[in-house]
Amino acid sequence: MKYSLWTLARNALDYHRQWQAAWRSPEPRAEYDFAVIGGGGHGLATAYYLAKEHGAGSVCVLEKGWLGGGNTARNTTIVRSNYLLPASARLYDHSVSLWQTLSAELNFNVMFSPRGLLHLAHNISDMREIARRGHSNYVNGVDAETLTPEEVRAHVPFINLRGRYPVLGALLQKRGGVARHDAVAWGFARAADSLGVDIIQNCEVNGFDIRGGKVQAVRTSRGKIKVRKRVGAVVAGHCGVVADMAGFRLPVETVPLQAFVSEPLAPVINCVVMSNTVHAYVSQSDKGELVIGGGSDPFNSYAQRGSFDQIEHVAGPIVELYPIFSRVNILRQWAGIVDITPDRSPLLSATPVRNLFINCGWGTGGFKATPGSGHAFAATLAKGEPNELCAPFSLDRFVTGDLVDEAAAAAVAH
Amino acid sequence: MTIQPHRLAEGGLVNRERPLSFSFNGARMLGYEGDTVASALLANGARIVSRSFKYHRARGIYGIGPEEPNAIFTVADAVGGRRTPNMRATLTPLAEGMQIFSQCGWPSPRFDIGALAGTVSRMLPAGFYYKTFMRPARLWMFYEKLIRRAASFARAPDELDSDDYDHRYMHADVAIVGGGPAGLAAALAAAESGARVAVMEMRPHWGGDLTDGANGEIEGKPAAEWARAVAKKLSQTKNAEMLLQTTAQGYFDCNYLTAVQESPAPGLRQRLLKIRAKEVVVCAGAIERPLVFAGNDLPGVMSASAVRAYIHRYGVLCGRRILFLTNNDSACEAALAAADAGASVDVADIRHHPEGHWQLRLQDRGVSYYSGCGVAGLLRTANILAARLAKLAPDASALAAGGEFREHAYDIVAVSGGWTPTVHLFSQSRGKLKWDSKCGAFVPDESHCINPCAAAGAASGVFSLSGCLKSGWEAGLRAAQKAGCENKTKTNARDKAPKAAAPPAEYPPQFVPLLPATHPVGRGPGKHFVDFMNDVTAADIQLAEREGYRSAEHMKRYTAAGFGTDQGKTGNINALVLLAQARGISPAEAGHTTYRPQYTPVSFGAVTGSDRRELFSPERGTPMHSWHLAHGAVFEDVGDWKRPYCFLREGEDAAEAVRCECIAARSGAGIMDATTLGKIDVQGPDAAAFLDIVYTNNISSLQPGRARYGMMLRETGMIYDDGVCARLGENRFHITTSTGHAAGVMNWLEEWLQTEWPNMRVFCTSVTEQWAVVALAGPKAREVLKKAGASENLTAEDFGFMHIREGTVAGAPARVFRVSFSGELALEINVPARYGLHIWRALIAAGREHNIRPYGTETMRVLRAEKGYIIAGQDTDGTVTPADMNLGWMISKTKKDFIGKRSLSRPDMLRAGRFQFVGLLTAEKEKPLPEGAYLLREKRARLPADAEGYVTSSYKSATMERAIALAMVKDGFARGGETLYAALPNGERPAATIADPVFYDKEGARRDG
Ligand SMILES: Cc1cc2nc3c(=O)[nH]c(=O)nc-3n(C[C@H](O)[C@H](O)[C@H](O)COP(=O)(O)OP(=O)(O)OC[C@H]3O[C@@H](n4cnc5c(N)ncnc54)[C@H](O)[C@@H]3O)c2cc1C
Repeated sequence: MKYSLWTLARNALDYHRQWQAAWRSPEPRAEYDFAVIGGGGHGLATAYYLAKEHGAGSVCVLEKGWLGGGNTARNTTIVRSNYLLPASARLYDHSVSLWQTLSAELNFNVMFSPRGLLHLAHNISDMREIARRGHSNYVNGVDAETLTPEEVRAHVPFINLRGRYPVLGALLQKRGGVARHDAVAWGFARAADSLGVDIIQNCEVNGFDIRGGKVQAVRTSRGKIKVRKRVGAVVAGHCGVVADMAGFRLPVETVPLQAFVSEPLAPVINCVVMSNTVHAYVSQSDKGELVIGGGSDPFNSYAQRGSFDQIEHVAGPIVELYPIFSRVNILRQWAGIVDITPDRSPLLSATPVRNLFINCGWGTGGFKATPGSGHAFAATLAKGEPNELCAPFSLDRFVTGDLVDEAAAAAVAH
Repeated sequence: MTIQPHRLAEGGLVNRERPLSFSFNGARMLGYEGDTVASALLANGARIVSRSFKYHRARGIYGIGPEEPNAIFTVADAVGGRRTPNMRATLTPLAEGMQIFSQCGWPSPRFDIGALAGTVSRMLPAGFYYKTFMRPARLWMFYEKLIRRAASFARAPDELDSDDYDHRYMHADVAIVGGGPAGLAAALAAAESGARVAVMEMRPHWGGDLTDGANGEIEGKPAAEWARAVAKKLSQTKNAEMLLQTTAQGYFDCNYLTAVQESPAPGLRQRLLKIRAKEVVVCAGAIERPLVFAGNDLPGVMSASAVRAYIHRYGVLCGRRILFLTNNDSACEAALAAADAGASVDVADIRHHPEGHWQLRLQDRGVSYYSGCGVAGLLRTANILAARLAKLAPDASALAAGGEFREHAYDIVAVSGGWTPTVHLFSQSRGKLKWDSKCGAFVPDESHCINPCAAAGAASGVFSLSGCLKSGWEAGLRAAQKAGCENKTKTNARDKAPKAAAPPAEYPPQFVPLLPATHPVGRGPGKHFVDFMNDVTAADIQLAEREGYRSAEHMKRYTAAGFGTDQGKTGNINALVLLAQARGISPAEAGHTTYRPQYTPVSFGAVTGSDRRELFSPERGTPMHSWHLAHGAVFEDVGDWKRPYCFLREGEDAAEAVRCECIAARSGAGIMDATTLGKIDVQGPDAAAFLDIVYTNNISSLQPGRARYGMMLRETGMIYDDGVCARLGENRFHITTSTGHAAGVMNWLEEWLQTEWPNMRVFCTSVTEQWAVVALAGPKAREVLKKAGASENLTAEDFGFMHIREGTVAGAPARVFRVSFSGELALEINVPARYGLHIWRALIAAGREHNIRPYGTETMRVLRAEKGYIIAGQDTDGTVTPADMNLGWMISKTKKDFIGKRSLSRPDMLRAGRFQFVGLLTAEKEKPLPEGAYLLREKRARLPADAEGYVTSSYKSATMERAIALAMVKDGFARGGETLYAALPNGERPAATIADPVFYDKEGARRDG
């Protein structure tokens, strides 16, 4: 049933008894053309675009828990594309373009809110960084504006411009913003399901059948599933584990990344404000909470929980930059498990195993890429070779040295 | 000022000698010291205190503790009127002059226009917003604004927070959460075993529910008195720390707990405790669950235990006519207390013919006891609730066939749906929970517990007083023992638990997810609320299930149940049970959502502690800082350091100051405070071998007394940092790093030593702060040094470039480096930090005749750029190799290995088209290019375009009398003389020509004077 104001009204008359499930809960079939491992935003988007743009009629998504329950459900939902390097700018900007009309595309309101995103600069070297990134965005066709401190104040009236870390300026991306993370997973799931994709929850992949260097089947907690064409592993936080099952290693480190929210407040901050120097970024959700990103814990872990000191590290700068929040309460903290590659850029790549492709390594900032990554990765799976957006993000860049080193170049997270 | 109509003549822990006046939404009221905001409001008969966030429904106070979902206020201080949002009335002590405001409801919570939302509530089921507002995309921003405004939340404070906070670190053998009977018994057991014990209780008094009128006896004393005596005894014990008004908030790995203590000392608002405990016993009690029935959110519907506790703790009787609606015996005790306090009481019990101790006692009191009866509907007129009592079918899932209704009017409907153990902390500790059908909730499963954590008392699903004492005592003993403390004072310690009379036989509770009403769920006039705070109804949960949101997390996220600031303390279990019912599976199978810190909301202030204002990230200044301040320094932040950017003289602006500083250094003498450079003392028999690995160039061949410019790479082969490496002796080096990388390089060295080469005998010590460093540069540097009274060896002509010597300068012991970052003759004079200011002054005085001028970071950058010297982190960005920077000569060809070596031979490092380091001369001499600008091959290139390079540094050079720039350009080494165009966002495309990055003194003649 299509979602609209009209169907909502019609269903209201009937006390909403006629709504159907947003997705089926099918039993896995014995065989599919394509298997996507991981029912997060990226996996679901991959499946959706496979069905939608490449006419794949036989696709399953295998999710070990509940769909969208990984990092998709845990992130701070910042969407932007003002990356420094051309390869990243192209990939993320492709995504940001898809975000603009994603709700209509999926017939599910993902609440994409391009409310503008500021990167603050607190010292001369920050100023140099935003200047270079702004210029780079300009030649790469990504929108960017540099703001004076007074213009920053116009966006965030209560910001402390003259604190320990004075605000000297900011880089603004107007098309940047936030979205509702769960809705992205649900929207893609529902749309993919309606195109015939089987989304199989509570189905953990625990091995592969590989013959002649080629993947033949996926072994799962719900039985073996044969794959006729290709497998895409889209398992943020666990790509090392899945690679291990397939017999190769990935250059990733796995750490918990934290975030927390405050109690709800009436609208007080209407854009996203990030500061790298003091590692504090904040936006306000439609439910009124201040959504604040923490750092990643310095230890490796698969437990989706964080330590307290990350919260402390962030709370100090938040109060310094926004002193009025001192008497506001922190409600809840959590963590997600992120895979971090040496150059902090993702892997959208073929693997040593034929017909097994990976989409992972998004680290602390892959939510924004969800539609773009799904779109590009679907093309890659359909053809069996990296499409042009994916190509720079291949695994062998760590052998050739052709890195997309955003971290080293810009050191800007999320 | 009114009297307090609901205050009983006597009783409660309030101090009636100390009346406090306060106001609620402008109306003046009176309470007592010892009241909470909630008890004072109830004493004054306040009914509608807030509006719900979605439907703007009228709401009253429901509970008495951290579970309160409705009574959340903005509180303004008596003095100054400073506002604090989101204060939970049940936990906020009343204070004189407090002004309390509802946070929602316009114009007032009693008459709220927003309540119109309720009339269209049928259009607003769970998740309605996912189904609409999709087209056109742009319009969502508009709807979003409306939706954000419509939700009724507190305004953020608009003033600075003048209060103070601090942190305290604590260690304990046994940390005990909760000071009720179980907690106190546990504390007693552990303390008597000699364990260091810390006990945290969120309320301002000990005893937990014992203060709420439990009329049993413990060890022959009235229970409350026993609690007071035990707490007193413990607080006099050396090894027990008793913390009231202290809420344990978070449970992290390795038994690390956080807790917040309210008003711990005069002038301190909150203190955050960080407790590392060997063992933890969670005795956090239980929270009473609501029953889900039609109209259950109306003001006047309260938790039964709260009604009882308000009587005993505060001497407040919430209403004269009270209906107790229950599925278990605990509400009977409450009903008796209400009857004793003078209320007229009815009981509706959904169980058919419960016959136990409490039923008999109530009947003896003449209370009407309707068994097998529920409330099929509730209506509110002003402050009166009309309850429709209805007979239920035996399994209570439907109204009894042909049953009759009885309408009764009440002030209060007091509800008990059973008790939910407070498992939050246990679960946070990664302890697993198991479904317990006896209490209809999840309880700790101690056999699945990762951290050393136990639960006792009601928190573990044990509800009787004697049971609580026993489980607390045993858990305390066990914890102490596991922590290494054995109880020696008592033989058979296990049997020595404090004793209470065995509880009267209990009639088993009967749990049903939902009470039947006159209309099917979701269709009648009364809604069945599950989560009061987020306006989630039973119908919403059923809808979520129907639509496929079937896992506990999906349901939570789709309906928002449990998302409020109460984190679902009242509603979560009901929501989960309803979900399980809808799915046709057991609650055990349906599972639960995750419990996470914080248990109750914690202020940013408390987390920040004293690290705020001037104590937030203290500024670092060099020993010469005071001089800089007094001499016109304009500072720049570099890391935590304050470094002079330039020194302004009368009539100069920064640009002019920099120009004059450059000229001074090139023509006479300049002096710079270089103290902030990172300095690391590297010692040990393997020091040279180790440095050979971390630097690209050869260090072991360096002679003592000599220095070398060194380069460090990442494993990727990319430049990380550069600096000077000086050999002081066979096994001792002094190395410098850039200011920004001082800590990073130190950690980097340690990491390699500890992980890869633990066998190397090398010790690295940061000595950045031990040495003050003055860079003296310019053709007259040597004369200035002489004049300042330096030992001869330092001023001798044979003190050659890249040598180091020790001597004295102006009487101070000095270690002097003949290195140059400006291209001029230069000496870097290191003296122990305490002589820094002294030699700075001495050198300035000595240099007067040569017009010496102090210079800052900007002049330093200009001078080095004129010479084409790089700044790591400015001209390099982590994607460039030494070869890219034309520093290939720094790479040893003979060394077997160094960090990054292997990466340098990867194909991408050797390919054509890499960005290479060049100089740029602008076509317009006077106009420097903006730093960071990207360069195009063609002036009219259409964007987006592939850039040819970018500007890394750009200055107006006084020496060269023109603008110069440094840049990275594709294949730049081979493109000298080519013109590129900078792409500026304002549309301009200034031209610049590729040149040698060494603009000045290409032969390098000047550095030797
Ligand atoms: C705290 C935090 C804040 C963040 N903030 C931002 C931000 O502001 N902006 C931004 O752009 N990004 C952010 N990110 C990063 C972003 O969340 C992720 O990059 C992105 O969501 C990854 O999506 P995904 O679909 O690849 O992964 P996930 O959503 O994690 O999905 C992977 C799925 O794979 C499943 N899976 C794993 N192993 C198996 C197996 N063996 N079999 C079957 N299924 C399996 C998992 O259960 C999971 O559902 C943040 C991340 C965190 C943790």
